Amino acid sequence: MNGKPIKVLIAKPGLDGHDVGAKVVVRALLDAGFDVTYSGLRKTPEEIVAKATELDADVIGLSVLSGSHMPLCRKTRHLLSEAGLGERLWMVGGNIPEADRMSLVNLGFRGVFPTSAPLSDIIDFVRDNVR
Amino acid sequence: MTAKDRNAGGTPVINESGLEIKTLYTIDDVANSGGIDESRPGEQPFTRGIHPEMYRKRPFTMRQYTGFSNAADTNERFKYLIANGQTGLNVAFDLPSQCGYDSDAAEAYGEVGRVGMAIDTLKDFEIAFDGIDLDHITVSLTINGSAAIMIAMYLAMAEKRGFNLTNLRGTAQNDILKEFIGRGTWIFPVDHSVKLVADTIEYCAEHAPKYSPVSVCGYHIRESGATPAEEMGYAFSIAKAYTDAALERGLDIDQFAGRLSYNFNIFGNLFEQVAKFRAGRRLWAKIVAEEYGAKDPKSGWMRMIAGGGGFGLTIQQPENNIMRGAYYALVAALAGAQTMALCCYDEAYTIPTPHAQRLSLRTMQLLIEEVGLADTVDPLGGSYYVETLTNEMEKKIVEAMDWVDGQGGIVKAVTDGVIQAKVSAHAFQRQKDTESGKIRKVGVNCYVEEDEKAPDVEMHPYDEDGAKKQIANLEQVRVERDQNAVDLALTTLRKDAADSRNVMPALVSAVKAYASVGEMTSVLVDVYGRYEEPVELW
Repeated sequence: MNGKPIKVLIAKPGLDGHDVGAKVVVRALLDAGFDVTYSGLRKTPEEIVAKATELDADVIGLSVLSGSHMPLCRKTRHLLSEAGLGERLWMVGGNIPEADRMSLVNLGFRGVFPTSAPLSDIIDFVRDNVR
Repeated sequence: MTAKDRNAGGTPVINESGLEIKTLYTIDDVANSGGIDESRPGEQPFTRGIHPEMYRKRPFTMRQYTGFSNAADTNERFKYLIANGQTGLNVAFDLPSQCGYDSDAAEAYGEVGRVGMAIDTLKDFEIAFDGIDLDHITVSLTINGSAAIMIAMYLAMAEKRGFNLTNLRGTAQNDILKEFIGRGTWIFPVDHSVKLVADTIEYCAEHAPKYSPVSVCGYHIRESGATPAEEMGYAFSIAKAYTDAALERGLDIDQFAGRLSYNFNIFGNLFEQVAKFRAGRRLWAKIVAEEYGAKDPKSGWMRMIAGGGGFGLTIQQPENNIMRGAYYALVAALAGAQTMALCCYDEAYTIPTPHAQRLSLRTMQLLIEEVGLADTVDPLGGSYYVETLTNEMEKKIVEAMDWVDGQGGIVKAVTDGVIQAKVSAHAFQRQKDTESGKIRKVGVNCYVEEDEKAPDVEMHPYDEDGAKKQIANLEQVRVERDQNAVDLALTTLRKDAADSRNVMPALVSAVKAYASVGEMTSVLVDVYGRYEEPVELW
């Protein structure tokens, strides 16, 4: 890293309105010294990828609590790769059963944080993995 | 850390609302905090309950939150719960229905029927409530952004089946202001959203006077981070905003205030919650009588569903949630709730299984049948502790309302995003305090089982075929309906919305012509616009 703060986009894809967790993670990452942008609710994968491109985000984190994480991550992954953001750090948090963890990792979402994950795990993951 | 360490060294005990709890309470504490409330239940200001005999005459209604996939599957689950002794229905809608999209909209992809049942047209309502006696089973619709449309559908469905709207009971959540603070199923800008709530209040006062068009929710604001006192204070600020909007239409306070109801949360400290409800009941009765000059005592009833407690549940050691649910149910019963619903033990993970739902139902039934919660009114009344805490919580609730007034009122606080930021800052602090162990959570930061494996709970699968079937049904309705009637109804809706008239009559006509949720919402979005979330405010 060249001393510039790590840029993180935390985004809410789909129609899920549960934003307590996303906002808590945004606050925690801000406290940890990262440059964080929050998308707001109900963004399409296209809007999220456009925002990530505009920000030149190092980290793209999705938050989904409705159970739609698999279709939404699948769609977002394609768009991120097409936009040339395939090498950035992707993570996903929310109401995610353990059984889906490996599928999400295989899609490229290397950080998978279910609702019980401590904030320090998320901060450490970002700090340790941004290239 | 053990329970003994926690109380060592005289560390002060402070409840979530910020009140320091003493080691012992005496009659002096009651006197010094404002005295004991000698009013009887059923008498203003209703501190001890809104009815003289409370559960002796009628136990709380049991109304588990239910709905998934499509109308037919949900109808089957409704009937299962009714057969098991449930006395009311509490309908969960899927996210496209909540956000005003049809099942075949691009935005609905992957979401159809996932967190609730999909509703596209009146046809779905007809199927969902088929065979259910709406005179005996009251129905609560958990719907907000698209509430005006869903209320129109419910009334049209009931009318079509021959029920008399004059006597029809039921509730719609329809509290859009709290959706901007937590839960997030807003559609239109804040001012137009409040206008739509006033439309429903005005329409129901005239056409369905026993129907409760609004259930003001402190619940989700609490889930989003607010303290119990703030939960109630913000809910009252919201209720006042709707009341003011209805009064501006020329309604008399006694025409509608008695049909406003509330939805509050029950997780947390038992005594703090019970005091919150007793204090809230007293304060709301005073507000309605003194500030609004209501003559009918019923107008000041803080009727409520007290339930849920989702935030209190944990993904770790999920069976602990069964016990948590039982204590939360105890809170609601001790607090004099009219209606109760519990989060199920598997709800931290998934949509509840029928087994989990039955356990929640049995929890509530146990309170009535075995534990003695229906024997006498307000059993904690007269406790030095609870009476003192009731007096102190009332002051804290007033403080929360004063803060909102200081921001220019609830509509401005929501529009500016300051209340969202405040509640979210609390949530962050709550998370940090939980991670540091300051807030104790069994199975999370104490009594942790190091070798805990991923829990063995049954996951509710997403029904891909159900979604396809739902879309096929919608397409069929579009083919079979009279398109001219739909076009005409939507044109009237557009005109009434543009002219700032009450849109409910036009919505009822459109619904009866089988216009879809997405079509009606699009017309209203064209006229009112869409809400822009203030995401920059931290």
